[in-house]
Amino acid sequence: MRPSRSTSFGIAVTLAVAIAIALIPYTLSDYNRSTGATVAVYFVAILALNIVTGYTGQISIGHGAFMALGGYATAILTHSHGWNDIATLPVAAAVGFAAGVVVGLPALRLHGVYLALTTFAVALAVPQLAKNYPGFTGGTQGLALPTHTGLWLYDVGWAVAGVMFVVAWLLLRGRTGRAFRAVRDSEVAAASSGVTLAVYKTVAFGVSAAMAAVAGSIYVLVNNFVNPDVFGLTLSLYILIGAVVGGLGSLWGVLIGAAFVQLLPLGLTSNSIGSSQSVPVIFGAVVIVVMALLPLGAANLLRPVLLFGSKTGQHPKTPDTPLGTEGR
Amino acid sequence: MTALAETARRVPIRPSTSWIVPLALVGVCVFLVVGSLQSALFAQQVISGLANGGIYASLAVALVLIYRATEVINFAQGAIATFTTYVAWQLIDWGLSYWPAFALTLGIAFVGGFALELVAIRPVERRGSQLTVVIAAIGLLILVEGSVGWIWGNGVKFMPAPFPSHIYYLGGVAFSRQDLSTIAISIASVVLLWAFFQFTKVGLAMRAAAVRPEAARLVGVRVSWMLSLGWGLAAVLGAVAGMMAAASPSVLLQPSMMDGILIYAFAAAVIGGLESAAGAVIGALLIGVLLNLLGSYVSWVTPQLLLPAAFVVMLVVLLVKPSGLFGRTRVRKV
Repeated sequence: MRPSRSTSFGIAVTLAVAIAIALIPYTLSDYNRSTGATVAVYFVAILALNIVTGYTGQISIGHGAFMALGGYATAILTHSHGWNDIATLPVAAAVGFAAGVVVGLPALRLHGVYLALTTFAVALAVPQLAKNYPGFTGGTQGLALPTHTGLWLYDVGWAVAGVMFVVAWLLLRGRTGRAFRAVRDSEVAAASSGVTLAVYKTVAFGVSAAMAAVAGSIYVLVNNFVNPDVFGLTLSLYILIGAVVGGLGSLWGVLIGAAFVQLLPLGLTSNSIGSSQSVPVIFGAVVIVVMALLPLGAANLLRPVLLFGSKTGQHPKTPDTPLGTEGR
Repeated sequence: MTALAETARRVPIRPSTSWIVPLALVGVCVFLVVGSLQSALFAQQVISGLANGGIYASLAVALVLIYRATEVINFAQGAIATFTTYVAWQLIDWGLSYWPAFALTLGIAFVGGFALELVAIRPVERRGSQLTVVIAAIGLLILVEGSVGWIWGNGVKFMPAPFPSHIYYLGGVAFSRQDLSTIAISIASVVLLWAFFQFTKVGLAMRAAAVRPEAARLVGVRVSWMLSLGWGLAAVLGAVAGMMAAASPSVLLQPSMMDGILIYAFAAAVIGGLESAAGAVIGALLIGVLLNLLGSYVSWVTPQLLLPAAFVVMLVVLLVKPSGLFGRTRVRKV
């Protein structure tokens, strides 16, 4: 089948963005390159959250926990077992997938806000567990990892982000993605149409957690250090903020969201606007203002531009009320 | 008034098919009483667990208050409580004595909570989904916690103790006045709130606005003001929780003071079913006592494991009863 006009347009835009991202590091200092790598980390994490929350409608405030698992898998394998750090990424993904399936199982029974708070508790519990078993995780002292140049981190981070983006795109465009969206929009209708809720919810959680774990691995490589505070509550909250500010259910929003949560606080710190004390105050206020002005996220602003190439200009359905409104 | 009362009547709650929950609660009570009669140490742990539970209860009821009105979990509740506690510290530092500062802080908390709803939540709520409002609440959490650090610094402050450190002995069991007063004040504030909802016209209007906003609007309730009022009252409860927590010797007054307590309050509210204030109080007391007993009797439960333990309790309750012990069960057919 010939790809439709909107698909070719989307591929062209994606390629342009990819080339831009590949060229950017040559204009940056080495320090800023590792900052760019952190944006890649947030990109992958927000992409992961988008699969389970934006496309499947299952709210998770606990993706920091999956990142912690991946980060610790990488740290322990390189630090204590002498592995090459790139080689740990598949292991991190496997650990994350398993953890995601385990968390996804209660998600079959919990809905809306109960699921949100359960995942929130997971995000808080995992760093505490890491503190409690110092022999394995290095405790609060943490573990050191090999250092890399900013360019290496940037390239690896964005290469992984690119792979994850393609995986997500392939997963979401076909049968599986349709099933995910059906679960999000109406579980009753999805089940009646032959979508097995249990399978698709668990798969969504597993894939999402695997991606988040890989993001966590890159995160510890960028920091070349890991301890429980690296994966504190703030991380999970920032990922969720990034996903919603960017726009749930939109792959374009992911890039905007990642830049928002990573670059805005940094930009405020480096300008004279914010002292390190006032940055959270300004950032929190900006989040509220963005939510008031763009309740569907920044991707919603871009949509007319992106749909320019499509003949019909149909608007993909955006998740209107993903949080526990069913049955009202 | 009758139309209003009619509107406020709750959407019919499924008649409790399970007698398991009350039975289990009675069982827990019997266990605690028998244990306390057997061992003075056990009794003391139960009392101080109840005191912790009282603090969690105030905050959990504040969460329930906002959840019932808007079906939104207020993540900023703990940060707002911390902020008001710092306000109390500041007033005392300026020379006020404790109880006038306490009362004044409650007033400031009410106005502050009311204003926050007006400025930060209402513009978001007008157009957004519940998730958007949750993100705004998270933004508020970052903002309020950040402003505590900005205004007062990140160091630890020392709050003067409101109660003289007196210890009562009863049958070989030492009751500290601190614990008893914390329990009394927390429970009193929750009961006062209940009376407000039950016996005043404004309380009735607030219940109506929470249960059936459209119908309430039709009989003349200004629903959006009721939401602001709810935020104000929730902030007052949070302020009580914050000041009681700061009075406790085990909690330090610092910007992250309420983080852990907020989690226990979440767990308590979820266990109680998120829509029932009484459920939240029971959940909070259960969590408080259980964690205290676990911490003192189970040797491998280190302080780091208390938070995961609360999570496990919450998860077990949810897996047995997915909408909490006293929550409304929504019929879902899939």
